[in-house]
Amino acid sequence: MAHALSGACAIVGVAESDEIGIVPNKSHLQLHAEAAENALAEAGLTTRDVDGIFTAGIQTTEIAEYLGIVPTYTDNTAIGGCSFVIHVGHAVAAIAQGLCSVALITHGESGRSRVGMPGRAPSGGRTLRGQFEEPFGLPMPVGAYAMACTRHMYQYGTTKEQLAEIAVATRKWAQLNPKAMMRDPITIEDVLKSRPIAYPLNLLDCCLVTDAGGAIVVTSLERARDLKQRPVRVLGFGESHDHTMISQMPDLTAGPGRISGQRAFEMAGVSRDDIDLAMIYDSFTYTVLLSLEDLGFCQKGEGGAFVSGQRTAPGGDFPMNTNGGGLSYTHSGMYGVFTVIEATRQLRHDYQDQGIRQVPDAKLAVAHGTGGVLSATGTVILARD
Amino acid sequence: MSEYKKPLPVPDPVTKPFWDSLKAHAAQIQYSPAADRYVFYPRNVCPYTGSRDLQWRPISGRGVIHAFTINYIGRNPGGGFSDVPYAVVLVELEEGARMMGNLVDVEPNPAKIKVGQPVELVYDDVTDEITLPRFRIKGG
Repeated sequence: MAHALSGACAIVGVAESDEIGIVPNKSHLQLHAEAAENALAEAGLTTRDVDGIFTAGIQTTEIAEYLGIVPTYTDNTAIGGCSFVIHVGHAVAAIAQGLCSVALITHGESGRSRVGMPGRAPSGGRTLRGQFEEPFGLPMPVGAYAMACTRHMYQYGTTKEQLAEIAVATRKWAQLNPKAMMRDPITIEDVLKSRPIAYPLNLLDCCLVTDAGGAIVVTSLERARDLKQRPVRVLGFGESHDHTMISQMPDLTAGPGRISGQRAFEMAGVSRDDIDLAMIYDSFTYTVLLSLEDLGFCQKGEGGAFVSGQRTAPGGDFPMNTNGGGLSYTHSGMYGVFTVIEATRQLRHDYQDQGIRQVPDAKLAVAHGTGGVLSATGTVILARD
Repeated sequence: MSEYKKPLPVPDPVTKPFWDSLKAHAAQIQYSPAADRYVFYPRNVCPYTGSRDLQWRPISGRGVIHAFTINYIGRNPGGGFSDVPYAVVLVELEEGARMMGNLVDVEPNPAKIKVGQPVELVYDDVTDEITLPRFRIKGG
């Protein structure tokens, strides 16, 4: 029996800010606003139509004030880069219950240029992280991911070469994306020889730091079919989190993606084999490897073998991170919105005139975000209408 | 003593007994009878059972490296960590709970540090008020 929320709503507009990458002349709010207006415009809507507002990183009151929106539904769930993926599910639930009719999920971050952004100060010793992690100089967030990765290597024999396969394959997708920041080809050796950051992660295992905005517009399926774009239905969604500090992660080799993924697939009523492309938040290569296992695309511990032989690259049998990912396309700090943007475009066949950039006959996609330090996840299953 | 420049913990009412125990070089963490498990970091409700009954008990100081990393870059919260590279470890204590610290007395080199190595707690009196937990590889 189909879940009541499955397919009830659809994504009708997605967009980045006018510019992404190095944007020193715009504040984070400008990036939010550009992305929002671009996404609404491609849907054939305007800010006047929006009555549900979803964001993280700033308060919903800030971006709503900036855009002149007075919502009936407001959601400021902010648990890292996965928040925007989680917002999709929250938007579906709200719309299906009649609490709002047009949901705008908006993201904007001057991650690199820091225009208008608050400073990044340590927590000052009084917080739990300030007492139990900061005194030891764990570089954040990379050190937390690196630490978890050593456990996976110990338990399952995962190698740096296997992690590097992810970076190499993702860079190949970036070469097909004119908006991607890094487009020169790289090899596994290049990854292994890149600057060590926090053992076992090197520079090319780590995402970019850029300036970017992104936005998603969601409405009911019925309304979606009257708007400008081919709708992309939200078939299933899930969310969970099991720690905030890495020293408290119950299992460094397996995270809450096991919960959010299973719930999303169950709601959608589809199997892993039905998925045509996967957008998996790639803050670090390890994040992807862990996520693929947690989502059930392979057994726990077999992520390294799964990505080997460039399986996720263009032409491979598991297209993944087809925009070039956080590793090579853009990563503003909280990247999750871009997983949904790209999945939507692929399912609409927006790239059909761009050769192998378009996943052939793409009908079903998963978008999976990870936030904090492997702490929180959101998973959505999307379908071409 | 030259001024310690790295971030220092600020004990709060429920964590203070832990920090005091380190200062006394006799580490203690909480134990939950309802869960029959040790709890760390200190808090007032057992995260396994929801019980309020948490007891302070001494720990042996022995454990194994559960995970680690080696920081090669200087940037991280708090500053003062320009003495890269250095190792940060997550130790699984003999009692079962996990505690973060730094590895001392070993070169910060992945050839020298392995998950699963046995370690023991050493007390680092960084200021007059605060002692931090560090770990030394046993038999190393």
